[in-house]
Amino acid sequence: MSSAQQVLAAGPDVLDRPRRPPWRRHLHGSDFAWAIAFVVPYTAVFFGFVVYPVAYGLWMARDPSLYGELIANPLYVKALVNTALYVGIGVNVQMFLALLLSGFFMRRRWWIKALLPVFILPWALPSIPAFVSFHWMLIGEEGLINSLLAALFGVQGPLWFTDRRLALGSNIVAYVWKWLPFWTLTFYAGRTAIPQEIYEAVAVDGAGGCRRFVHVIFPLLGNLYLVCTLLSTLWTIGDFTTVSLVSEGAPAYSTDVLATLGIHYAFDAAQPSLGIAAMMSALPALIPVALILMRALQTRDVQL
Amino acid sequence: MSGGPTSGGAVPWPRDRLRLRRILTEVASVILVAVLLIWSLVPVYNMLLIALDPDDGDIEFEGLFWPPDPSLHSFRAVLTQGYWLLEDFWHQFGNSVFIGLMTMLLTVLIGSLASFALGRMRLSRGWLLVNAPVLTYAVPASFLVIPFSRLMASYGLSNSLWAIIAANVTFATPYAILILRQYAKLIPLELDEAAQMDGASPVQLYRRVYLPLMAPALAAVGTYALLLAWNEYLYQYVLLSSTRNMTVAVAIAQFFNSDEAPVNYMMAAAIIYSLPPIVIFYALRRYMAAGLTRGAVKG
Repeated sequence: MSSAQQVLAAGPDVLDRPRRPPWRRHLHGSDFAWAIAFVVPYTAVFFGFVVYPVAYGLWMARDPSLYGELIANPLYVKALVNTALYVGIGVNVQMFLALLLSGFFMRRRWWIKALLPVFILPWALPSIPAFVSFHWMLIGEEGLINSLLAALFGVQGPLWFTDRRLALGSNIVAYVWKWLPFWTLTFYAGRTAIPQEIYEAVAVDGAGGCRRFVHVIFPLLGNLYLVCTLLSTLWTIGDFTTVSLVSEGAPAYSTDVLATLGIHYAFDAAQPSLGIAAMMSALPALIPVALILMRALQTRDVQL
Repeated sequence: MSGGPTSGGAVPWPRDRLRLRRILTEVASVILVAVLLIWSLVPVYNMLLIALDPDDGDIEFEGLFWPPDPSLHSFRAVLTQGYWLLEDFWHQFGNSVFIGLMTMLLTVLIGSLASFALGRMRLSRGWLLVNAPVLTYAVPASFLVIPFSRLMASYGLSNSLWAIIAANVTFATPYAILILRQYAKLIPLELDEAAQMDGASPVQLYRRVYLPLMAPALAAVGTYALLLAWNEYLYQYVLLSSTRNMTVAVAIAQFFNSDEAPVNYMMAAAIIYSLPPIVIFYALRRYMAAGLTRGAVKG
């Protein structure tokens, strides 16, 4: 568990103590100058590498006819559906499993504690090796998964990347595999932040596992769950590496998501404006998510 | 246990059932551990399996879960750069390390400066900057790669490692600021006030009070930035074109996209590439966990 997760998971009750900024009354001359100096590097990065590229991108994709061209393209519509499925299934399955598993890791058994370092290995493994391995594990008949299926059950495994649904499913499984430990540890940190007395009180009242989860754990972790889900949604909508390495968009670009399709347009088809437009068309979905995230973060820390 | 004795023979029932339930729970948890172990290790095992294959060609398992005569031949090929796609492997490895370390340093520096100014000093329009990190995530990194590459070309930074570092820092700092600001709330402001009474300037406050107390969070954020740099592939793929300036991530992807390149060499390179972050991650995990005792700076 990293302290990043510990902090992300720490509830408002821990963080909200009365605060009086020392410079509250007036940030006088030199102190004000220093404060400005301290935020200049970040401001420069933000404007130079976020605002400017976004504006440049929007300017490149300003022509409305680009969007007509996109809608008319069946590949784009497919990529849109794929992105929705990939994010919708991937993020939710991952978050729900992470929430359940974090409870499992709270159990005091040595074999569960011993599992934890192995369980976080996918997170420590860089994504290129991980996804390349997934690709080779699934491809053809000599892949590990299909030879396992043949040896253990005598079944001939499917060709994973010739069927759109199987290929999309493979991408989602690889994605969940890579990021499940990160979120599990975040929720684990969140659970450890719940005072022990609450568990004891619940135990005295005789609430079982299920009722404890629904009436105690979930309400307490609800906001953390929301923040993590939104953050993960934003990160997943822009995910390029998983799809580009696991299924490579196969069969015939039918599992491409917006990010891989946009890059494909821009660099393989030499139509950068079209590529940008394909990606920027996700903005109507991204902005509301970011706004809700901002709200959710603010309810966690009222003092701002 | 609460069920009262209704008639003589029915007394031990609830206890038996309780015991049975406990045993079942234990069995289920052992099974779950086994499943999670297999789930976590199969793709890693697959890498090893392919890398140990002695053939230079394609993989052929034919139901074998261990190569008939495993060899370290492919690892030797990578270590000695004995294949044309691996010619600059160690140079490229150095590039990856350089990008990772610079991303880490700059993220920690920029993130800690900004979080200090925003959290500890009262900036009148501070909330604007506080929301900027979240806004950054409204547009995913991959969506910006096209304008970013054009921009870098106009700055004369195309095919430069610094372009990659700039991109990594851009997308690592928001999360860093988020985490650092939350963690900083655990440090009482009275400390700052006391230091100010003693005449400490903002710079001294930052260096002598803020940075030392924030060490665990800085380590966590630094590791996050390093792992982000090590995970990143798209910007390196788009921006770095010459073999000398490539990183290992791009080199592996080159293998991946080539039809006749030996898979076992690629997997050996991938395993070697995976080692540094895994070592750093597990080494720092302990240190970070030690910093988790949030009561350490109770006000």
